[in-house]
Amino acid sequence: METVDQEVRSRISAALQEVVGRPVAVSDDTDIVNDLGLDSLAIMNFVMALEDEYDISMPLDRMAEVQTVGDLVRTIEDLRGEKRK
Amino acid sequence: MTILAKFAPLKEAYDLLRAQGADPFSQKFEAILSPTEGILNGRRTILLGTNNYLGLTFDESCIDASVEVLKAQGTGTTGSRIANGSYAGHRDLEKSLAKFYGRKECMVFTTGYQANLGILSTVAGRGDHLVIDADSHASIYDGCRLGHAEVVRFRHNDADDLYKRLRRLQDQPGDKIIVAEGLYSMLGDTAPLKEIAAVKRETGAYLIVDEAHSMGVLGATGRGLAEEVGVEADVDFVVGTFSKSLGSVGGFCVSDLPDFNLLRVACRPYMFTASLPPAVIASTIQALNVMQERPELRTRLRENAQRLYDGLTALGFATGPQASPVVSVSMPDRGFAIAFWNALLEAGLYLNLALPPATPTGTPLLRSSVSAAHTPAQIDTAIGLFAEVGRQLGMVAETAPKRMTA
Repeated sequence: METVDQEVRSRISAALQEVVGRPVAVSDDTDIVNDLGLDSLAIMNFVMALEDEYDISMPLDRMAEVQTVGDLVRTIEDLRGEKRK
Repeated sequence: MTILAKFAPLKEAYDLLRAQGADPFSQKFEAILSPTEGILNGRRTILLGTNNYLGLTFDESCIDASVEVLKAQGTGTTGSRIANGSYAGHRDLEKSLAKFYGRKECMVFTTGYQANLGILSTVAGRGDHLVIDADSHASIYDGCRLGHAEVVRFRHNDADDLYKRLRRLQDQPGDKIIVAEGLYSMLGDTAPLKEIAAVKRETGAYLIVDEAHSMGVLGATGRGLAEEVGVEADVDFVVGTFSKSLGSVGGFCVSDLPDFNLLRVACRPYMFTASLPPAVIASTIQALNVMQERPELRTRLRENAQRLYDGLTALGFATGPQASPVVSVSMPDRGFAIAFWNALLEAGLYLNLALPPATPTGTPLLRSSVSAAHTPAQIDTAIGLFAEVGRQLGMVAETAPKRMTA
């Protein structure tokens, strides 16, 4: 599980770098809105790229609960798990 | 510190905006002279941002119908239809709309916003799935939030992405409901409704289309985009508004679904708000008649839209993907957009300033909406002012304009 998380974490990190347009230090505690200054449009595009990558759709209520990169890792893992069920 | 302290970032942004000129979100008209002109700060101003597509707000027959009913039936219903009952007008308007759309049933709501709020939150229940275009209007997003269905977005106007999202949901129980708009209000682009309808058929989903900005604008008889592209039979619910082409206020939903009328006792934004005043209903019924009796209004609207779109595009402005009654010009940045908007206003042209993140492109927009009531001369004046301000701000070349190609 830890290695799977790590893989998702590095994909998120790469996707974030692309959206922000510069190298950023990303940890589980990084606040996607407050630390990275992304607006809602940038977040949507970034999440949609991840959705394609993992062939999942993130419902809006789940997305609303995501604040940090760690939250996002867990949500993506949960959605992938639900898909495999 | 008060409870409103949480709005400090908004206050800061708003203060900054107002420090740069007039307040684009609270203009105060001293008088409205016609569907296309008002007095603003003592100046005669062309209205090019009021969604008054057919210019019916001053139609004499609509005003007469409204005045007559106002005198006969009073100023308001003072309550909801379930508590205070329906007036003849409410039922007549529902019958007229159902007939116009060739549908069995119609429900009228007090605003267009409430129509979306009511239909989306009620039709989609717990365990169902709403699949909405990412650029949907706030009323669609809010309708989704009010209900209990799971909500996912598809990429704007991307039928392949929609299909992908529905495929991901195929093994999940519950109904799937696609939501799209006929004409998107920020850029004036239309949905790929033929492709969306094909996805709907293939996946067995339901389809709701919001024709708020396309009613009276698109289609052979003005029923909207679904009529224009020939997919009305695939649309399960058409939602629309009276506050654009019909020149009043209110919203509606038409459908052929059996038991549609059950929604009248299940849909909270219908049940727990006062119904429309009879005078509003009366002008709306008449406007619906005028819209059908005078197809030339739609022709004039299209001509005006094309004239403005061509004029602004020829000046080199970045306009939307297609000519439509909504013509938006993308601005390079916020400061520029605010300066441009203020200069147009001071020159006597009112339109909408849209700032990110409330724009689909991430760039600020100067959004115009054209009316059938605009004269070609007014459209030319607007284009001329865009050129003049564009030159002042160094956005339009001093030499003769040439067409920009994509």
